Amino acid sequence: MQLSCPMPKFDFDTINLGHGSGGVLTHRLLNSGVFTVLQNDLLNEKHDGAVFELQGKLAFSTDSYVVSPIFFPGGNIGELAVNGTVNDLAMCGAMAKYLSLSFIIEEGFKMKDLWTILNSIKQSCDKANVQIITGDTKVVEKGKGDKIFINTSGIGVLHPNADIRLSKIKTGDAIIVSNNIANHGIAIMSKRQGLEFETDIKSDTTNLNFTIQKLIDAFGEKIHFLRDATRGGIASVLNEIAIDGNMGVDIQEKNIPLNEQVNGACEMLGLDPLYVANEGVFIAIIDATIQNEVMQLLTEDDNCKNAKVIGSITNEHIRQVILQSKIGGRRVVNMLPGEQLPRIC
Amino acid sequence: MKYLSEYRDADVVNEYLAELKKIVTKPWTLMEICGGQTHSLVKNGLLSLLPENIKMVHGPGCPVCVTPLHLIDKAVFLAEEKSAILCSYGDMLRVPGSKKSLLEAKANGADVRILYSPLEAVKLAKENPNKEVVFFAVGFETTAPANALSVLHAQREGLTNYSILTSHVLVPPAIEAIVQDETNIVQGFLAAGHVCTIMGIHQYFPLVEENKLPIVITGFEPVDILQGIVMLVKQLESGIHKLENQYGRFVSDEGNVDAQKILQNVFTIVDREWRGIGTIPLSGYELNEVYAAFDANKKFDITIDKVEESKECIAGEILRGVKKPMQCPQFGKGCTPLKPLGAPMVSSEGACAAYYHFSSIMELT
Amino acid sequence: MCLAIPGKILSIETIHNGLVRMAKVSFGGIIKEASLEMLPTADVGDYVLVHVGVAISKVNEEEAAKTFEYLKEIGEIDELIEHTQVDKN
Repeated sequence: MQLSCPMPKFDFDTINLGHGSGGVLTHRLLNSGVFTVLQNDLLNEKHDGAVFELQGKLAFSTDSYVVSPIFFPGGNIGELAVNGTVNDLAMCGAMAKYLSLSFIIEEGFKMKDLWTILNSIKQSCDKANVQIITGDTKVVEKGKGDKIFINTSGIGVLHPNADIRLSKIKTGDAIIVSNNIANHGIAIMSKRQGLEFETDIKSDTTNLNFTIQKLIDAFGEKIHFLRDATRGGIASVLNEIAIDGNMGVDIQEKNIPLNEQVNGACEMLGLDPLYVANEGVFIAIIDATIQNEVMQLLTEDDNCKNAKVIGSITNEHIRQVILQSKIGGRRVVNMLPGEQLPRIC
Repeated sequence: MKYLSEYRDADVVNEYLAELKKIVTKPWTLMEICGGQTHSLVKNGLLSLLPENIKMVHGPGCPVCVTPLHLIDKAVFLAEEKSAILCSYGDMLRVPGSKKSLLEAKANGADVRILYSPLEAVKLAKENPNKEVVFFAVGFETTAPANALSVLHAQREGLTNYSILTSHVLVPPAIEAIVQDETNIVQGFLAAGHVCTIMGIHQYFPLVEENKLPIVITGFEPVDILQGIVMLVKQLESGIHKLENQYGRFVSDEGNVDAQKILQNVFTIVDREWRGIGTIPLSGYELNEVYAAFDANKKFDITIDKVEESKECIAGEILRGVKKPMQCPQFGKGCTPLKPLGAPMVSSEGACAAYYHFSSIMELT
Repeated sequence: MCLAIPGKILSIETIHNGLVRMAKVSFGGIIKEASLEMLPTADVGDYVLVHVGVAISKVNEEEAAKTFEYLKEIGEIDELIEHTQVDKN
């Protein structure tokens, strides 16, 4: 990726415990490193905390990022950290405004890798129109971390017409998936030692806040519920909706959008794409009367070109997700007890 | 995907279903041997489409389900006590041993790795000359040649730090054991298509003749399984019994002769313990003496006690098709995919897991 | 047993002084290596069944079509039976 900021000359190649101790080394890392890349008015104040005003109803979210490998086809942990929290706020109907950013770095982590991640964070923030206004850096001993962990918390302003809650969901509501599924998980898997394969598949990590804003601008409270489908795939989100919302979910396999190569990878490894992770895909539960208009809006958006209506909410088989297979049979899509593993049988 | 997607065509499936409904006049109990076929039946919702007269019993063709408890404990021991890099197919990771599963051992710091191919394990051994690499060599006749090939590769590379922990089982003796059991209710078998790509079809003629049993060698996609069932039911309705091959696109009469040569070179047929079933004579593979250096059982001093299976787990009766998972008092209560008592609840194609995921549909239809 | 899927051989490489042939096989566009040691006659362009990194069978195209011809045959027999019954009536 094109670095927006060329790395200045540091007199250290790797991060060590001194960089997290609050002394000279920390100061150097922050001033020549972090602040140089991420600079904005609020961050430049260099207070212990950021002071600001925001009008309107607010939403607040937090998430931690521990992905391995930290660099993968289509992105890195930095982009996930920004997009993930921006998207969580968007799923509440809020436009993210400010983020906090905390690093826990393992001793020995390469400075050039940190620089690349910082630049990705900056680029993702610019694209999502958010600012990092406060943060923290800690360094732990070798073996006590896994290269780098990141936490971001975000605050955003709720769209005045947003009314997104589980209790809004009604029998007959349409279920939409916003794009091809399983790209992120398969991109990661393609680089995993022992399973690797050649592919063009990239992570689908992206910010969804402007897409959601357009959706709520156009349809307001007819958008009943939104959730992004990350770990555990769309199957986990649909089960959460069924169980927490006390309703039934019907989906049709033939409508689930899937890239051909992702399909090939899932077939080879014996994975069910419904359970594979995404980073730029969301489920929308909407009033069925506006289904066609919603689909038109989504498919015109770069993030949702392959959006599909995949099913509907029902008052039958409460708390269960039932899938109709391509051949017309039915099966239950359960929650998985843990991470899905490749199989030979 | 060519030679795959066509066999999932909904129209063709419906034509076969229509034909099945036309020809079936009485109840028949059929068994699909292979776990992969069970998985396909559940995943595609085929069970919900079959006519009521056709009862499918899920067979023991799940190498994960039949790997003895003791072997899992050995694998855990090698990872934990011998600091080996323990490599395994993903299927085995969650199966409970007497104390823990391989996944739990991994969480406790043992070096357990999931690999797609045993040939990758040989590469790992080459890259880590100071560590022992052990591959948990599980599988039926389909997988045994690949596991054998890994030993030959290691030998060719002159590696001394590679070995396999074998848990190979053979299909025909399993069918024999099921059929000879006095509680057997199965009237016809869908034999395992991929096993037969290796072994060919000849092993099944004696089973058909001696037991007057219809057997159809069948593939895995919905169209394959339905065609296999139609062929079986036609035989049963006509009162005949013969061996037929539905999976001709990949199964030839003689099978894969080169693979068979590798098997004969590397393995010997031995008596094997099947978890939940007991010992079936001449039903497994063990490494030949010549390859003793690659046999983890001989290479390492694995001193662990043999632990009895949970008395509450009735996996044996389930695997032989004598009882249904719902008849197990622990099903869904003391035994769930989250906290399984035995292997059939863990494996994605184990009979108990299949019913657990499917049973709600049965209540609905 | 088990999970084996058909893929197309895109290229073949010979390693270990001609002893081992490794193929690059495409499954719906993703490419994975597979050993051809058990299929000495497999060639570029062939469709092979791959299980755990080893090719175990080459597709028999004639047989592959039979699954669909079987239905036609049944259909023809059924028609024949119907006509015979109609004639009888």
